[in-house]
Amino acid sequence: MLAYLVRRLILAILTTWAVSVLSFVVIQLPPGDYITSYIAQMSSSGSFVSEQEANALRQQYGLDQPQYIQYIRWMKMVLQGNFGMALEYGRPVAEVIGDRIYLTMVVSVAAIIFTWCAALPIGVYSAVRQYSWGDYVATFIGFIGLAVPSFMLALILMYFGFTLFNANIGGLFSDEFAEAPWTLAKLWDLTKHLPLPALILGLAGTAQLIRIMRANLLDELGKPYVVTARARGLSEGRLIIKYPVRVALNPFASTIGYLLPYVVSGSIIVSLVLSLPTVGPLLLKSLVAQDMFLAGTIVLLLGVMTVIGTFISDLLLMWIDPRIRFEGRQ
Amino acid sequence: MINTVTESSAAPILSVRDLKTYFFPDEGTVKAVDGASFDLLPRTTLGIVGESGCGKSVAARSILRIVERPGRIVGGAILLQQNGSQVDLAQLDPQSQEMRQIRGGDIGLVFQEPMTSFSPVHTVGNQIVETIRLHHPVSTQEARERAIAAFRSVGIPKPERRIDEFAFELSGGLRQRAMIAMALSCGPRILIADEPTTALDVTTQAQILDLLRSLQEREGMTIILITHNLGVVAEMCETVVVMYLGRVVEEGPADAIFHNAKHPYTQALLRSIPSIHSTARAELPTIAGSIPHPYNRPAGCPFHPRCPDFMPGTCDKAEPGLTVVGDGQAVSCFLYDRT
Repeated sequence: MLAYLVRRLILAILTTWAVSVLSFVVIQLPPGDYITSYIAQMSSSGSFVSEQEANALRQQYGLDQPQYIQYIRWMKMVLQGNFGMALEYGRPVAEVIGDRIYLTMVVSVAAIIFTWCAALPIGVYSAVRQYSWGDYVATFIGFIGLAVPSFMLALILMYFGFTLFNANIGGLFSDEFAEAPWTLAKLWDLTKHLPLPALILGLAGTAQLIRIMRANLLDELGKPYVVTARARGLSEGRLIIKYPVRVALNPFASTIGYLLPYVVSGSIIVSLVLSLPTVGPLLLKSLVAQDMFLAGTIVLLLGVMTVIGTFISDLLLMWIDPRIRFEGRQ
Repeated sequence: MINTVTESSAAPILSVRDLKTYFFPDEGTVKAVDGASFDLLPRTTLGIVGESGCGKSVAARSILRIVERPGRIVGGAILLQQNGSQVDLAQLDPQSQEMRQIRGGDIGLVFQEPMTSFSPVHTVGNQIVETIRLHHPVSTQEARERAIAAFRSVGIPKPERRIDEFAFELSGGLRQRAMIAMALSCGPRILIADEPTTALDVTTQAQILDLLRSLQEREGMTIILITHNLGVVAEMCETVVVMYLGRVVEEGPADAIFHNAKHPYTQALLRSIPSIHSTARAELPTIAGSIPHPYNRPAGCPFHPRCPDFMPGTCDKAEPGLTVVGDGQAVSCFLYDRT
C-alpha cells in the first residue's frame, strides 16, 4: 500500500514537471511575443515604439534568449516562489493572481459540492426507479443541463434575476465588500453570492454525473451480491445504499481529478459574464496579451491542481475500494 | 391438486401449490413458473432439476419473494410451517418486516457464483455480522463470534483471520464455504442451494456436497437443491422434482425417478448422462430440438414438439395434469393419464 502511494507520488511529481514544460511551450507557440503585442497595442493608441526600445525590452525580460534558457530561468524563479512579472500589469504575477486563486478554488469547490449533492441522489433515484416518471424528468433536465452552455444559463438567470427581483446576481461580493479587507461580514457576503455561480458552473457536470451514476448503478443492481443481500433479509433502502451505491461511487471519486481544472477553465466565459473575480478571465487576458509569465503561471497552476486532484481521487479510491488497496500487495 | 407424498409420516415444512410466477417485459409475458407444486419434507433434500430456463431458479426466488421486476407471482400459494401455524409467503408483501425476517432467518440462500455473491468492497465478515444482527438482537462482538463459529462449522481454516478478508482474497472453495456459512449464520430451517457447485472444480464440488450433507445431519436442516446436474441429485436428494418450461413434469422419490422414470422428458434427460459402461466414442444421446422460446410456448403439453412419444390430437390440444403413478411418484403426461 505504501509502495502504491510512493509510486503515485513520484508519478505526480513527474507529471507536474511535464506540465511545466508543456505550459511553457504552449505559451510560446503563437507567433511573436509580448513585445510584438505591446508594440501593436501602442501603435493602435497612437504611440510609437522604436526598434531599440523594443530590443531593450526584450533583453530586459530575457525574451532574446533561446527557449530552453528561458524555460530554465523561468523554472529557477518558480522554484524560488517567484513567478516573475506580469508584463502587462507591471506587477509581480503572484500579486496579480493574489486572492483570485483562492476565490477560484472556493467557487470550484462549491460547484463540485453542488454537483455531488445533486447528482448522487438523483442518479440513485433514476437507477432504482428506472423508466419511472421521475427518472424521465431527471433524464430530461439532465440532458438540458448538458446541452445548454453555462454562459447562456448565466445570462438567462441574470436576466430573470434583474427583471423579476431587481437583483444584480453577478460577482462574488456586494459592492461595499469588493475591495474591503477580509472580515466575517465579507465571508458571509461571499457565502450568499456563491450558490448561483456554483449552480451555473456545476450544472453540466451534474448532468454528466447523473448519467454516469445511473448507468453504473443499473449495472450493479442486478449483481448476485445485491440479490444475496436481499435474500439475507436486508431492507431495500439499506441494502441499496450499502452495497451497489457504494460500488457505483468509484467514478465519483475518480472525477475529482478532472473536475477541478474543468471547472476552472470551463468557467472563463461564465466568469466574464458573471464578473467573477477568478483566474479564468485573467488567463484569457494574459493569453491575448501574450503575457508569458502570467499565462504560464496560471496554466501551471491549473496543471498542478489537476495533478493534486488526481492524487486526492487516487487516495479516495483506495479508501473506498479494497480491490485497489490490495493491488499493491499482490 | 395432488399431494404426492401423503404416505410420508411427517407434514411438509414447505408446500408450494400451483405457483405461477410470470415476467411482464414490454415484449410480452414469460411464464417462468407456470403452476408448479411440490412439498418439502423436514430434514430431507429436495432436488429441482431441469435445463436452463426451466424456471427452477425463479421458483426458488419466488419462495424467498425476491423475484425482480418485471416478474411477479400471479397465482398459487407458498405455505411455510411456522410454530404450528401456516404462513402463505405468496400473500406477504416482499418488503414487509415479516417477509424479511423469514428471508435469511428461516430460509437461507446459497448461490452459484460465490465470487460475485459477496460485495467486492466489504469483508465477508462484515456481511455475515450484518445478517446475524438483522435477525438476532446481539452485539457486534457477539455477532462476530457467531460468524467465526459459523466459519468454523463449515470447515474454513483460521476463521478469525478469514472473517476479515474480502471475497476476492479467498479461493473458490473457501468462498462457497463462506457463502454457506453466511446462509447458515442465522440457523435457517430451510436452505435453498441454487447451483451451489456449478462454478467450482470437481474436487471442490465433492467437498461442498459433503459439507452440505454433514450440515444437514448435524443441524437437521431441510435443503432445496437446484441443479441441472443429475449426478449431484442422485448423490444428495431423497425427492426429485423435474421441471420443464415452468411446469413440474415429474416428481417422486429419487430412486423411482432414476430407476423408473415415467415422463419421456425425464427418460431423455437420464439417457443423456454419459455412463462409464457405455461404448467408448459412441455418440451421447441428446434431446431432440431445443427449448422453445418463452414467448412461443407450444400449445398443449409444452414438451410435445420434442417428445418421442408424441400423440397427435392429444398432446398438442390440452395440458396434462399430474397423475400419481406409484409410491409418491407423479407425472404429468397423457401416456399415464387414465381420465
